[in-house]
Amino acid sequence: MFVPCDRGGGSAGSDFKGFTLLMPAVSVGNVGQLAIDLVISTLNMTKVGYFYTDCLVPMVGNNPYATAEENSMELSINAEVYSLPSKKLVVLQIRSPFIKNKYRPFCQTLLSWVKNSKCARVVVLSSSHAYQRDDEQLLGTPLRYLLTPDLEKAVGGLMQELNWKEMEKVAAYPGINDTEKVLHIPGGGITKLLFTESCSEGIQMAVLLKFCSEGDNIPDAFALVNYLNEWLQLIKSEVNTSSQWKIPSSWRLLFGNGLPPALF
Amino acid sequence: MATFFGEVVVAPSRAGVDDEEWAEEAREETPEDREIRRELEKKRYRSGGAARPLEIDVLWTLKSGPSLGSSADQPLVCSELIVAIGHSAAAFLSSFILDSVCWEVVGVVKLWNEWCRTSNTTNVLPTDSFCLFYRLISDPTVLLCQCSCYVAEDQQFQWLEKVFGCMQKEGLQVTILSTCPVADYKTQESTLTLPAPFLKALKTKEFKEQICCPLLEQPNIVRDLPAA
Repeated sequence: MFVPCDRGGGSAGSDFKGFTLLMPAVSVGNVGQLAIDLVISTLNMTKVGYFYTDCLVPMVGNNPYATAEENSMELSINAEVYSLPSKKLVVLQIRSPFIKNKYRPFCQTLLSWVKNSKCARVVVLSSSHAYQRDDEQLLGTPLRYLLTPDLEKAVGGLMQELNWKEMEKVAAYPGINDTEKVLHIPGGGITKLLFTESCSEGIQMAVLLKFCSEGDNIPDAFALVNYLNEWLQLIKSEVNTSSQWKIPSSWRLLFGNGLPPALF
Repeated sequence: MATFFGEVVVAPSRAGVDDEEWAEEAREETPEDREIRRELEKKRYRSGGAARPLEIDVLWTLKSGPSLGSSADQPLVCSELIVAIGHSAAAFLSSFILDSVCWEVVGVVKLWNEWCRTSNTTNVLPTDSFCLFYRLISDPTVLLCQCSCYVAEDQQFQWLEKVFGCMQKEGLQVTILSTCPVADYKTQESTLTLPAPFLKALKTKEFKEQICCPLLEQPNIVRDLPAA
C-alpha cells in the first residue's frame, strides 16, 4: 500500500525503523487532520511517499503547504507520508473520508504496514463529540490520552508527571449495569478500532484526543497540537506556543469565498 | 442540535463518520450471518433494490489491428489517452473531436449504481449514460474515453484498475477533461464577478509540455473519478 516517492538521493526515504508514526483519525471537526497539517507545515517535512488505497475517497490538488510559486506545483492526494529523520518522525496525513465498508480493511493494512516498517510507536490524533461528555468530563481539561499496554510500560510514568487525564471508560449498559465498562469514543472514526487492534497485536500506540464540536476547529487543532508537544517536544514550548505553529496556505478560505459587493 | 420546531436532529459531521455504521459493523459476524447477508443482497439486487453489484466490466470490441490486444494476452499499446468525465466534457468531445470518419468505437464500460446504468449499445444518444472508448483510425495508439455516466465512490478504484490494467503504461500520456461548478471554486473575491467558464489545470511532475491555462490554486481540490 505504501508507495515511496522518487526522491533521487534516497535520504532515508522509506526506512522508518525506530521512528514515531504520527497520524490523524478522520473524526469530529477533523481536528486530528488539522493538527497534522500544523505539524507538517511548521516542521517543513518532506513528502516521502503515499498510500495507494481503494479505501479512501479520491481527491487531488496542488501542494497544500506551498509557501511560494516554485513549490506550489506538486500534486497532493488523499493519503500521504512525510518524514523528518532528524526527529525520527514519520507523519501520515489523511485528507478524505473512508468509502463505505472500507475502514476495517484500511486499519488492517495500516497496522501491517506499521509492523513491517518497524516503527517504534504510533501516535493517533483524534477527537470525540463534546456533547457526549458526562457531568465530570464537562469540568476541567477537554484533552485525553490512551496508551496500549506495551506503551504504558514505557511512558506511563511520563503521563503522570505531565498530569494528563486518561480517557474514561463508560458503562456498557448505562442505567442497567454500571460495573461493566467499555471504551467509547463517539465521533472518533477509526480511533477505537485502531486502539483495540493495537492492544491485541502488541503495537505501542498512544491516542491523544480532544472533546469538541463541529464548527471552527482551528483553536481545537492548536490545543491538540500543543498537547502533543508537551510530550514529544517537536517545537520549543515557550510561553505563547500558539504563535510557533505555521498555518499552511491551504487553510485559506475555510469558510467560503468573499461576498459579492452587490449583497450590501 | 435543536431546530426551530424543537425537535433534536443529529448534525452531520464533516468527519464523514456515521456512528451507527461503526456499531453495526463492530458486531462479530458468524459464517451463518455472512451467508444470510449475501442471500439478502442477491435478492435485493434482483428486485432492483438498494444493494448493487460492485463489478464493472470493460469490454473491448476490437476486430482487427495488430497493435492492440485484449487484456487476456497483451496490454493495449497506447501513446495518448484522453478521458472526458461528465456530461459537459463528453459533449465537448462529441461536438469538436469525434466523428464517424476518423474515430471508431473499440470498447465500452458497463456498470450500474443508484445514479445510472450504462446503455447496452454503442450507438448512444447524448442523453444516455455511457462510457465508451474510441480509437483514432489513422493512429491506433490514440484512444479517447467518453464517460458521461456517474461512477460511484466505491467503483472508482475498480474502474481505474480495469481500464488502466489493460494498457501499457510506458510512454503513455493521459489527459483528463472534467467540469466543476463555479460555485465550488474557492477564491478571495465572490464567484459572481468571475468571468466563467474558465479553465484550470493540474499536472504531474512528469508532464513536461506547455499547459494552456493556469494551474489550480490552493485550497481548491478535485474529487471523484477525475481525481482517482
